[in-house]
Amino acid sequence: MPVPHVIVLRAPGTNCDVETAHAFEHCGARATPVHLFRVLERPDILKDFQILCIPGGFSYGDDVGAGVIFGGQLRSRLGGALREFLQADKLVLGICNGFQVLMKSGILPAGAERWPATDGDPPDATLTWNDNGRYTARWVKLHTGDSRSVFLQGIGAIDLPIAHAEGKVVARNDDIVNEWRKRGQIALCYQHDDNPNGSTADIAGLADPTGRVLGLMPHPERNMYATQHPHWTRRPQDSDEGDGMKLFRNAVEYFG
Amino acid sequence: MLWEIEIYPAKHLPDREADRVRSQCRALGAVSIREVRSARSFLIEGNVSDSQIENIATGFLVDTVVETHSLVNHSTSQDSNPKSEIPNPKSLLNVLYKPGVTDNVADSIRRALVELGHAVTAVRTCQKYWFNDDADQADLARVAGKVLANDAIQQVVWGPLHLSNLAVGSEYAYRLVTVALRGMNDEQLARLSREGQLYLSLPEMQTIRGYFAELGRDPTDAELETIAQTWSEHCSHKTLRGRVRYRDDERSLNFDNLLKETVFAATAEIRQRLGSEDWCISVFQDNAGVVRFDDRQHVCMKVETHNHPSALEPYGGANTGLGGVIRDPMGTGLGARPVCNTDVFCFAPPEMDYKQLPAGVLHPRVVARGVVSGVRDYGNRMGIPTVNGAIFFDKRYLGNPLVYCGNVAMLPVGKESKAACKDDYIVAVGGRTGRDGIHGATFSSAELTHESETLSGGAVQIGNAVVEKMVLDVILAARDQGLYTAITDCGAGGFSSAVGEMGAESGAEVWLDKAPLKYSGLSYTEIWISEAQERMVLAVPPGNWEAFERLCRSEGVEATVIGKFTDTQQLVLKFNDGEVGRLSMHFLHDGRPPVVRDAVFAVPPQSPLAVSHQPRYDDDLRKILGSLNVCSKEWVIRQYDHEVQAGSVIKPLVGVACDGPSDAAVVRPDLESFRGLVISNGMNPRYGDFDPYWMAASAIDEAMRNCVAVGADPARVAILDNFCWGNTDRAETLGSLVRAALACRDVAIAYGTPFISGKDSLNNEFSYVDGAGRKQTVAIPPSLLISALGQIADVRKAVTMDAKEAGNIIALVGTTSDELGGSHLALVKGLSGGAAPRVDLGTAPRIFRALHKAIQARLVRSCHDLSEGGLAVAAAEMAFAGGLGLELGLKPLVDQSGISSDAVLLFSESNSRFLVEVAPQMWSQFVSHLDGLPLVELGRVTAGPNIAIRGIDGSVVIDSSGQDLKQAWKEPLAWE
Repeated sequence: MPVPHVIVLRAPGTNCDVETAHAFEHCGARATPVHLFRVLERPDILKDFQILCIPGGFSYGDDVGAGVIFGGQLRSRLGGALREFLQADKLVLGICNGFQVLMKSGILPAGAERWPATDGDPPDATLTWNDNGRYTARWVKLHTGDSRSVFLQGIGAIDLPIAHAEGKVVARNDDIVNEWRKRGQIALCYQHDDNPNGSTADIAGLADPTGRVLGLMPHPERNMYATQHPHWTRRPQDSDEGDGMKLFRNAVEYFG
Repeated sequence: MLWEIEIYPAKHLPDREADRVRSQCRALGAVSIREVRSARSFLIEGNVSDSQIENIATGFLVDTVVETHSLVNHSTSQDSNPKSEIPNPKSLLNVLYKPGVTDNVADSIRRALVELGHAVTAVRTCQKYWFNDDADQADLARVAGKVLANDAIQQVVWGPLHLSNLAVGSEYAYRLVTVALRGMNDEQLARLSREGQLYLSLPEMQTIRGYFAELGRDPTDAELETIAQTWSEHCSHKTLRGRVRYRDDERSLNFDNLLKETVFAATAEIRQRLGSEDWCISVFQDNAGVVRFDDRQHVCMKVETHNHPSALEPYGGANTGLGGVIRDPMGTGLGARPVCNTDVFCFAPPEMDYKQLPAGVLHPRVVARGVVSGVRDYGNRMGIPTVNGAIFFDKRYLGNPLVYCGNVAMLPVGKESKAACKDDYIVAVGGRTGRDGIHGATFSSAELTHESETLSGGAVQIGNAVVEKMVLDVILAARDQGLYTAITDCGAGGFSSAVGEMGAESGAEVWLDKAPLKYSGLSYTEIWISEAQERMVLAVPPGNWEAFERLCRSEGVEATVIGKFTDTQQLVLKFNDGEVGRLSMHFLHDGRPPVVRDAVFAVPPQSPLAVSHQPRYDDDLRKILGSLNVCSKEWVIRQYDHEVQAGSVIKPLVGVACDGPSDAAVVRPDLESFRGLVISNGMNPRYGDFDPYWMAASAIDEAMRNCVAVGADPARVAILDNFCWGNTDRAETLGSLVRAALACRDVAIAYGTPFISGKDSLNNEFSYVDGAGRKQTVAIPPSLLISALGQIADVRKAVTMDAKEAGNIIALVGTTSDELGGSHLALVKGLSGGAAPRVDLGTAPRIFRALHKAIQARLVRSCHDLSEGGLAVAAAEMAFAGGLGLELGLKPLVDQSGISSDAVLLFSESNSRFLVEVAPQMWSQFVSHLDGLPLVELGRVTAGPNIAIRGIDGSVVIDSSGQDLKQAWKEPLAWE
């Protein structure tokens, strides 16, 4: 099977790059953490990769707003290189801060269709402060929507941890959410009675219309091993694997 | 051009900041304030046109889906705001950072806007609040000072802002300052020490005078400051490493070096006993203690306090406290990779009435919120999980809260030692130097007073975690490429102590004019002693400089050569071509006159503690579960990322609903291996009022129990001491500390548990003038934190504390004695007297070993240590965490303990005890593992919902629903 090459794109303040690269490698990909500055210097290096992953963390300290500065860099300085990437048969994954970056840059929700957004083209949706007004770290139960997401194939329900302050999806109006629903973009949802941040339609993750771009607030790389699950001491220990592994495997197998 | 962009929550959305302020106005009793609106705003200076600023707003700063904004041009219309939709500028309050205080968001915005091609020269952030027009001015003033702003770092501007520019800094004209020390008499020396904030004793000042008299010149200000920093309690630990004459009822002892003869001595004896099996690598010498982990990596840990800064500005104090302790492992050996944080706080009870607060004291709730968010924002941004902690409440922490922060890090084998060589460059890496934190090291030697806030405002700093993360990233890369020979952190004392320490053996020459500054106008002395955050000092061989600098630049980290190491045994300071200091390293590090102190201790007279017999104890149990020290800390824990780096195995909260109190954290530092770290702590200041010896012994036992309960190997637990005490100039206060240090030695040796690092913070007292004009001083209770760094061979064998399955056997391991002194039963019933728990030094380590073997053999389904609230609390927590019930009986304990009181059996806090859950089919095997050790079968796990305990005579003494008890436990600190 061909081994896809993953660029784990880190910026000042990114802090989940190591375990995210590990997750991809563990599932058979070749993952290379690359600093954003290197890509800004030479946007062409994106051509060497099949999967672009923006991991979690606090890029630029979340100053201004989570993902705003990193997202601004992508939009204003890598428009062309990313257009090519999005149009190719390649995958993009944004986890937590990475999801925020995908939203603030405008890569999500529309993917290649509206990339790069021009000035004065107002975004359809945003990720903003949790309803409880503070950073919250805990595990949540999730179910996949009726989406085409490459990453979530064969996953029905999954437990993952969240750890964020600005994870509430807000759309400019209901039509936008209906459009997402129609086009299979609502990829991952919290349980309706246990929505940790007040996200509209309980959305935890959004895909682009092709299913090749996924952004999600929960951290799949933190459920790679059975012992990461909060209930592992309450369960029979028949496997060392965690349920998050499937998501990374799907990405690798897409190129198989 | 100076623009202001005001950003408001969109009309249909909640204004959370305003909600927060309104609810705090209510708590403060500011009843005239009914309406609040808020905005965040950015002041942007530069050559920016109308259309550009609109683009900056909508394309960058404003989230147009959920926010609206308005623009003000301060250069043209200073007092009108035509676009502003907010009607009443009369009651507008603006909160800004004082000039020179680090404003991270503003810095990020300026950099980002410049990168986007805008001609922006300066940015400041501002928070704006509008109140109802008829709000009372006195109420507004109170709210401004207590809710909106902290005077140590922020200023409040009433009404519309009138600003024309954002310039900070001033020209600095070099002038060499000398202090005419030689001509001073003792009284003048004492005044200089106090008023110059040197906080040195008279004999120390006299020694300095003598040194310069011999040299035939007066010192420069920089020299005097260098000596004060190096000799400060904070940097040299002169009391604990000094001579002590100790006397108690039974004996008198003379120490040449108290720590060396107690805490260090225990480690030395243990290491000698272990011989070739010694697993300590570097103890009490580097910035953190280092022990062996596996063939490839060592692990190190450091715990520090940041008490005085946190009292003045809780957010910044705690923020930089954690930032500072993370730099310790980064500066240990050739640099370690942080894998988890711990934090322990001591506050006054949060329900205190605002009206009772002495002048200059922040409300405990404000302190608690600030400290928690400070730790949160640093740890989360660094990407280091905060996995373990505790909070203690006692009214004596009012005005002097304690903030302990710890960090654990991995160091590759072979990178444990360092030495700067002659001609290596002295390189400053990371943050720039500003006026922040000046006099932090010497300030921590002074008692806090209501004037501290104004006197020492400069001691307050704001951290920037992302800068530290960037520094960490490049340092680990440079370490692996072998680009430097030594590294240390810039902590208290700034460059002065970092360079002084690194060059202690060789000598150093520093070029102070080369240090990059946040703004102009700093004198050479300010540069030398500034405690600006996020700086590391490295020794880089000249041949590696280019590669090192290139690596730093490639990730946006600033690195600057500020001097070189020499072989002169002199510390030479230069500013441009002028020499501003020259001190012998020998005088600096060994010239301090020895401190000799007296210490006395008298065991307080014991009085019996009588608990009258009651038919039922449900109510007492509920009250203990709902007491501040015992109750759930979920509100705090959930704000910390405890899973980043993906190593989480046992989380701080466990059980079926993920809300039971875990005994310790288990973390996998290396995802390729199943070997794990176990992190726990032990502390109980309440026992110190009875006997600090047994308080210390109990703290070590608790830290050990916590570790062992989740599966740590007791033969591989290292511990750290952190002494926070009152003013040790008083013989009684020092006596209580000596007592605790003696226990540290005895217990560590008995348990085979080495101390590997430690720290002390003395003078934790707060004084104020009361209503009658009298000076009152409040000293904190003796507070010894023991932090444990354990190891587990295979994390898949770890155990959590939540009950697992109905039908399983519940048993008590360990012996119960009548030890209710300082207990939580005494606390909730308002009882005094009794005996604090002791430790059986012979049996305890045998229990730990046997229980560990049973856990290793997978015989234990759940295990919970007994601490505050004793058996009843541990049983309740175990049951409600598992969503199950228990049926237990106390009768089997009577024979073992000889105790005939239900209350004592339920609530005594005797040490070295565990509740274990064992499946019936494993029971006989478990019993054989515990052969010869105290073990009593108490009952069974049930499907619930009640926790039922029968007393000695068989009648029901507790029968409460687990849900109700859990509710009582969760409520007190479930803050909004």
